[in-house]
Amino acid sequence: MHLVFPAVLAALLFCVGLYGVLARRNAVLMLMSVELMLNAVNLNLVAFDVWLRDTLHAGQALTLFTITVAAAEIGLGLAIVLLIFRNRGTADIDRVGRLADGDEKAGVDETEAETTVG
Amino acid sequence: MNLAVTALDSTRGFLSPSGAEIVFVLVGLAVLGAALLTVTTKQLVHAALWLVVALGGLAIEYLLLTAEFIAWVQVLIYVGAVVVLVLFGLMLTRAPIGVSPDADSGNRWIALGVALAAAATLVTLVVDAFRSTWIDLGTVAGSTKANGVTLFRYWVLPFEALSVLLLAALVGAIVLSRREKKEP
Repeated sequence: MHLVFPAVLAALLFCVGLYGVLARRNAVLMLMSVELMLNAVNLNLVAFDVWLRDTLHAGQALTLFTITVAAAEIGLGLAIVLLIFRNRGTADIDRVGRLADGDEKAGVDETEAETTVG
Repeated sequence: MNLAVTALDSTRGFLSPSGAEIVFVLVGLAVLGAALLTVTTKQLVHAALWLVVALGGLAIEYLLLTAEFIAWVQVLIYVGAVVVLVLFGLMLTRAPIGVSPDADSGNRWIALGVALAAAATLVTLVVDAFRSTWIDLGTVAGSTKANGVTLFRYWVLPFEALSVLLLAALVGAIVLSRREKKEP
């Protein structure tokens, strides 16, 4: 098999995930896009491992590790999103701006979100 | 030796793809389409279901690359566990059923520009670098036995460190999502 096929597919999948991370507003949808990017990396690792015929199978072992780290990441990420949703009443990342750099508007948005909850 | 190489080369080319390559490209198109729908659809639950299609298609790609163990791990962890977690996350944050018009933020066009620029750069680079490189799929590279032997013979320490990381993530998720008792 030509190596270009899996490499190009991984590159395109990574860029689709990049678009999702930048364009999505809901935090859970953003985490899904991060999963797409991680999967693109996994495809690259597997393709290059099969191409190089590594005797240690480093690519596939690293893929397994990446899958595990991704599972841990999405568990923790969803726990944080749920905590934010419980405290602020929104999973909208544009409206969680208290940690933003000196942004007056973010503070206004945040009080707005709090009033919608209570 | 030279004769064998040229005979092998004559069967390799963009214009005479093998069966595995055709299947790989077709499944790859399905994966890309599902991924695009995942990041563009306005219905939040549909996004999670399209993610299942994309990740399942990637498992087929792993099978075509003869990495069967990774393929089944992909099905188990991603399609089985991660998507269920995402669906629970959507439900617990009260995602609306049906079209939600504010699923995309206002900087969508900037994001599109960044993604297209990254895609153009990466694809040009990758095609230029690996134009004449072929993967030899004659022998199975990722059987369960081979993976198990290397994992528990050469990768034991990272494996154990990873289990500690998983435990830490588990404890962290429980601590984060535990409700504090309110003081009277």
